[in-house]
Amino acid sequence: MTDNSMRTPIGRVRGLGSAKSGLHHWWMQRVTAVALIPLTLWFVASLISLAGAGYAETVAWLGSPVVAVLMIALIIATFYHAALGLQVVIEDYVHHEGVKLVTLLGVKLLASLLAIAALFAVLKLAFGG
Amino acid sequence: MAEFSLPANSKVKIGNTHKAEAGAKRVKAFKIYRYDPDTGQNPRVDTYEIDLDECGPMVLDALIKIKNEVDTSVTFRRSCREGICGSCAMNIDGTNTLACLKSIDDVKGDVKIYPLPHMPVVKDLVPDLTQPYAQLASIEPWLKAKSPPPPDEERRQSTEEREKLDGLWECVLCFCCSTSCPSYWWNGDRYLGPAILLQAYRWIADSRDEYTGERLDELEDPFRLYRCHTIMNCTKTCPKGLNPAKAIGEIKKLMVQRM
Repeated sequence: MTDNSMRTPIGRVRGLGSAKSGLHHWWMQRVTAVALIPLTLWFVASLISLAGAGYAETVAWLGSPVVAVLMIALIIATFYHAALGLQVVIEDYVHHEGVKLVTLLGVKLLASLLAIAALFAVLKLAFGG
Repeated sequence: MAEFSLPANSKVKIGNTHKAEAGAKRVKAFKIYRYDPDTGQNPRVDTYEIDLDECGPMVLDALIKIKNEVDTSVTFRRSCREGICGSCAMNIDGTNTLACLKSIDDVKGDVKIYPLPHMPVVKDLVPDLTQPYAQLASIEPWLKAKSPPPPDEERRQSTEEREKLDGLWECVLCFCCSTSCPSYWWNGDRYLGPAILLQAYRWIADSRDEYTGERLDELEDPFRLYRCHTIMNCTKTCPKGLNPAKAIGEIKKLMVQRM
C-alpha cells in the first residue's frame, strides 16, 4: 500500500463492499464457450466443404434456413464471448478509471456493431436480398 | 496500466560477495536480495559462499548460518523451522516456498533468494503483509452460527463432514500462493487472492457454520472472487501441497448451484 491515506487496512480492503454480481458474467462466458465448440467445428467443416464453390453456390448455402439459423447462433455466441473476454482483460490490466471506462464502452460498442453487421448480412441473404 | 518494468529506484544492483573460508570443500553460493529503505539506496543482491559441510540441509539453515556467522544485517522472518508457522515464506530458486522446507540440494547452481513477489518490502526478505492480513480479517475466518452452542458439549460434526475440511485447515497462511498469482499482482487491492479464498472456503465448507449464504454474498464480486482465471500458480507453488485453485473452483460451483 503506497498511498498516504490514514484509512485502516481493513477499511481499505472492505472498500465499497461486494458488488453482489460477477456470477452472470462468469457463467455466460462458460455458456458461450460451450456453445462455440460445436458451432465453430460446424463452421470450419462447412468452409472446407465449400472450398472451390462459386459465389452463387455460397450465397445459396448461407441463405438456407438451417445454415442461417446456425450462423446467427455462431455470430451471437462469438461476439458475446469476445466482449466478455476482452472486458476481463481490460479490467485486469487497465487501472486508470477513466481509460478503463472508455475502453470497456468501446469494446462493447464495437462488438455489438460487428455482431449487428454480421447478423444483417446473414438475414439479407436468408430473406433474399 | 499494469507495470511491467521496475521503477528506477527498485532496479536491483549487484552487491557484495562474501567468500567461503579457505579449505571449504562443498561450496554453494547464496545470492540474497538486500534492501534497506532507510539508506535510500537501490536494492542489491549480495553473494554468500557457504561450506555445505558446515551447514544444515535446508535453505533456512543456510540463512541462519549467514546471519549468525557472516552478516548479521541479513533480515528475514523465521520461527518454527518445520513448516508449521509460515513465517519464512520467500522466493527461492524462482519459486515461492518456505525456506525451512526447501532442501539446498534441490537447487541446481546458485541459490537465489528474493522476498515474496509484488509485495512492498520492509527490509531484505521481509515483505509487508498488511494487505493480505486485512483481507483475511475481512472474510471473518471464524465459526458463525445462529443457533447457540449446545450446553456442555461441542458443536457436532460427522466424520464425513469433518473430512471436507481436509486440505483446507492445513494452510499456514504463508501467502506463497497469493504472491505467486498474477491476478493478485495486478489487482491485489480488490482481488482476495488464493490464500484468502481458500480460507473463505474453509468456513463455507464447514458443516457447523450457518452463514454460508452471507459468506457467498460477500465473495460474489467481479474482483474479490472472479479475478481468479485458473492460472494455477497457487497450487503449483504451495509448500504444504494444498490446492487453493480447487477451493476457488468449489466456491464458483456453489455460486452456480444457488443461481
